[in-house]
Amino acid sequence: MHIGNIITDPGNASFRRTGDWRTEKPVLDKEMCVRCALCWIDCPDGAIRPCDDGYYEADLHYCKGCGICARICPAGAILMEEEGEQ
Amino acid sequence: MSKRVALEASHAVAEAARMANVDVISAYPITPQTHIPERLAEMVADGELNAAYIPVESEHSAMSACLGAAAIGARTFTATAGPGLEYMHNVLYVAPSMRLPVVMTVANRALSAPISIWGDHSDVMAVRDTGWIQVFCQNSQEAFDLTIWAFRVGEDRSVLFPVMVHLDGFTLSHVVEPMFLPGQADVDRFLPRFQYPYPLDPDRPMTHGALGPPDIYSEAKLAQEMALQESRNVILQAWKEFEDVFGRRYSPVEEYRTEGAETLLLAMGSYTETAKIVIDQRRDHGEAIGLISIRLWRPFPYEELRRAVKGAGRLIVFDRCISFGMGGPVFSEVRSALYDEDRRPKVVGFVGGLGGRDVPEKEFGYLIDRGKEVADRGSDRMMETVGIR
Repeated sequence: MHIGNIITDPGNASFRRTGDWRTEKPVLDKEMCVRCALCWIDCPDGAIRPCDDGYYEADLHYCKGCGICARICPAGAILMEEEGEQ
Repeated sequence: MSKRVALEASHAVAEAARMANVDVISAYPITPQTHIPERLAEMVADGELNAAYIPVESEHSAMSACLGAAAIGARTFTATAGPGLEYMHNVLYVAPSMRLPVVMTVANRALSAPISIWGDHSDVMAVRDTGWIQVFCQNSQEAFDLTIWAFRVGEDRSVLFPVMVHLDGFTLSHVVEPMFLPGQADVDRFLPRFQYPYPLDPDRPMTHGALGPPDIYSEAKLAQEMALQESRNVILQAWKEFEDVFGRRYSPVEEYRTEGAETLLLAMGSYTETAKIVIDQRRDHGEAIGLISIRLWRPFPYEELRRAVKGAGRLIVFDRCISFGMGGPVFSEVRSALYDEDRRPKVVGFVGGLGGRDVPEKEFGYLIDRGKEVADRGSDRMMETVGIR
């Protein structure tokens, strides 16, 4: 630890998995998805990323399960599913 | 090249901040601290001091502004009193935790209710656990000296802690006294430039004040405590350097006529000087009595206190604050510090001088006589009082 708990290498959140306290996770139905990218744009944590196939997926290591993507999706393609025992 | 001048203690503090060439001052005026920021604002407005004076809407904001200033590496000063100190309470903890060396004068004032603008130590005792280095002044000279010293200690690279300099409201803050004002060259020789190791800088971004989850908080707090304990070395070293440059000697616990004393009186702040007069009178009549005064309140001077009371049979502690439901806070800390000593004095605690109530020589006389009686006969009271109807 640095003096005063200063972090001298800022922007290091991507090195730490921060989504372990989520209670619900987004599940995408590709049949319904229109690939509009609104979920990617609106995710407050930058946890949704574009994939090579043109769809979008949530990185569950960082997704906090807020449900904004499900709420914003105009096609109703994202459902929030309760986390269970792994 | 010092000169003898008559200065109000508040103006002596402002002069010290000017000669320390502070970069940023942020303060909110409150009685009895007002003369300090007022004088500094005047100095900045008149071009006598090249500093940023940040006016704020509260003490909470004053301390917050000071934290930001210290984090960019600016030499930072503020002052407050009583309720103002309490209003900045939660921000007070942030300065030592983030290791930001702000220097703050506190013109000690009572707390409401009933509302009181006058002096006692209730404000100090309510912030004793905030992690600041804290010292008490007895007179204008000390108010000047310890302010200069506070920058030297707090900004030392191995310390980096904020420092509170306490002076009694009115009985010291508003008193004009003769004192020696040193030359600028001596102040510059004693006080190096402040070089904060991790200044906020857009070209070198870093995170100050991050979240501390349960897996890191305990370690952070323990590291802070260890660093504060270790600051003693620099505290003592800086007082030695101060003596070399200015010729005046300071110690964590001042001992006054303690040689061979069977009874010791313990006072803090400006009342130490009244107590000295009483000690002189009694010594002249052959009474084996001495005085000790705690100058360094945090980190608490365990070793120096134990050494100072060695050999005495009675220790009478004078508190200017009540820890409600407990008694005098200085009394309880002092008694606790001596608990493990094989031969320790009987400790008796008195509370008086609350909310500006004067404690003249004759009250100290009563306190000593009654204290000796209680020490020898015992008492089931946690707290004796002096000068209270």
